[in-house]
Amino acid sequence: MYYQTKKIITLIILHTFLISVALSCVGPLIWMLNASFKTEAEFRSDSGLKPAAGFNLENYKTALFEGKLGFYFLNSVFYTFITVFSIVIISSLAAFAFSRLNFPGKDIIFFMFLTAMMIPLPAGFVPVYILLNKLHLVNRIGYVLAMSNMGLSLSIYLLKTFFDQLPRDLEDAARIDGCNKLQIWWNVALPLVAPALAVVIIFNALNVWNEFVLASLMFTEDKLMPLQVGLMEFYNRNIIQHTLLMASLAIAALPIILLYLKMQRQIIKGITAGSMVG
Amino acid sequence: MKKESIRERSVNFSFVLPALLIFSIFYIYPFFYSFILSFQQGDGIYFSKFVGLANFKEIIFYDKDFRHSLYNGFFITFWALTFQNILAFVLALGVDKAIKTGKIYRVIFFILPVLSEIIIGLLMREILISNPGILNQWLSKIGLGSFTHDWLGKDTVLLTTALVHCWKGFGWAFVLLLAGLQTIPEQLYEAARIDGAGYIQSFFKITLPLLMPVVSMVIVLTMLGTMQAFAMILALTRGAGGLTEVPVMRIYNHLRGSQVGLACAEGIVLGVILVSFSLLMFYVSKWIRRHWGVLPN
Repeated sequence: MYYQTKKIITLIILHTFLISVALSCVGPLIWMLNASFKTEAEFRSDSGLKPAAGFNLENYKTALFEGKLGFYFLNSVFYTFITVFSIVIISSLAAFAFSRLNFPGKDIIFFMFLTAMMIPLPAGFVPVYILLNKLHLVNRIGYVLAMSNMGLSLSIYLLKTFFDQLPRDLEDAARIDGCNKLQIWWNVALPLVAPALAVVIIFNALNVWNEFVLASLMFTEDKLMPLQVGLMEFYNRNIIQHTLLMASLAIAALPIILLYLKMQRQIIKGITAGSMVG
Repeated sequence: MKKESIRERSVNFSFVLPALLIFSIFYIYPFFYSFILSFQQGDGIYFSKFVGLANFKEIIFYDKDFRHSLYNGFFITFWALTFQNILAFVLALGVDKAIKTGKIYRVIFFILPVLSEIIIGLLMREILISNPGILNQWLSKIGLGSFTHDWLGKDTVLLTTALVHCWKGFGWAFVLLLAGLQTIPEQLYEAARIDGAGYIQSFFKITLPLLMPVVSMVIVLTMLGTMQAFAMILALTRGAGGLTEVPVMRIYNHLRGSQVGLACAEGIVLGVILVSFSLLMFYVSKWIRRHWGVLPN
């Protein structure tokens, strides 16, 4: 009996603690959503603390169309899509070669990619920015190229460890059936590492989507800005319109939150894999 | 496998060629280029002048602002290492015990690390800034009116920044530590209980030693991540007139102000500090493991 009570009390204390921390995470986000449905006058009277009367989407319309947030959003989708696509192709080709094929300098090159993951470069964006300037690549292409490099080493490493675990029998069978190496890579190897590809895609997509430093240096024109830079710009232009700002943050946060809730297992795996390796 | 012909091998090589090209242009070349730039003055694009070690001399001996930015970085890192990681550890221990409802907590705690630094920074700026003072109004509503404060004001802005950083980051440390805890087999605890060990004893004799590799990894990554934090702080405080200027913010501003050499030199100094700390941590954790004698090597 004594142990029973003690256990229940411990559980109650534990859950109170966990729930209060969880509330501190979700509270500000809920407040943001709630405030974004209000008019500026309503917000001023209650600071967004009372529940909104209804789903008033006026702020969202203003932010998306007049505030060009829709533009920034599409830019981010474009950058993320192209960068992740090129990383997946380039890194899986290289990882396949490191795992299965022989060529001169294989070990040294792989070692270079490994080392690159371990060395922190806090000012890495400085020479890259100067280089892009000299190559006249301060544009969409330059940004995508530079961003493709960011997740490359880690993706190659992750995919190589997966390729290493695959049995060779299937590839041998494909070779006997007359597949060349490129066909084996595309038809046999890639489908078999689909779970690892999902991790690579998610890790890099979040990385590119959330990138700020290089984008803010490169893009000063509205029509090229991705969402993160656009949000800062939008904030500076509308600094006194709180509900409009909350709508802009909600536009940026909601898709990510929904995606996260839908795929949280892969996302958690993707991000922790990123840290585990480093 | 038989030895392949030269033609075959060059076909093989072409598989890594795209990766190698991108990597050489955007990693290897910039890596060495930043050393060259650090010996120069100017914007690096249209004009530059060789000045030798002047930039490094400036940073190491004269530049008080850089030292101050390092101090700010260390301050935030200190809070992240202690407050953030201990909170994450306690939460992970709690969720590990109450495993049935653990999943929902894991989902909620990890929302913040997924969101971008800019979103978190701007949202917290709106909540913390003194006008209209959302947090202060919440506090007075629940009867904690005496805690209201100008959070982004001069004397607390650095602490506030550190706490917001911890708030955004603890979920990440939590997930790593929880994953580590769940690899420890339950039988060990049962055996310890049968031998008469209490909860505290099994924590120090089983949990902590077995978790040591994960803990030291979390410590290194927290340090690396926090010392290079930038976007969230920019969105939250805009540097607060130097009060929350962190090293990367300084590098960023120098690049914008056409002082590329200084920016690169600062990056190199910071990079050396980070690498030496990681190495130190690596040897310390190795020593602890050998000293405690729980894990081989």
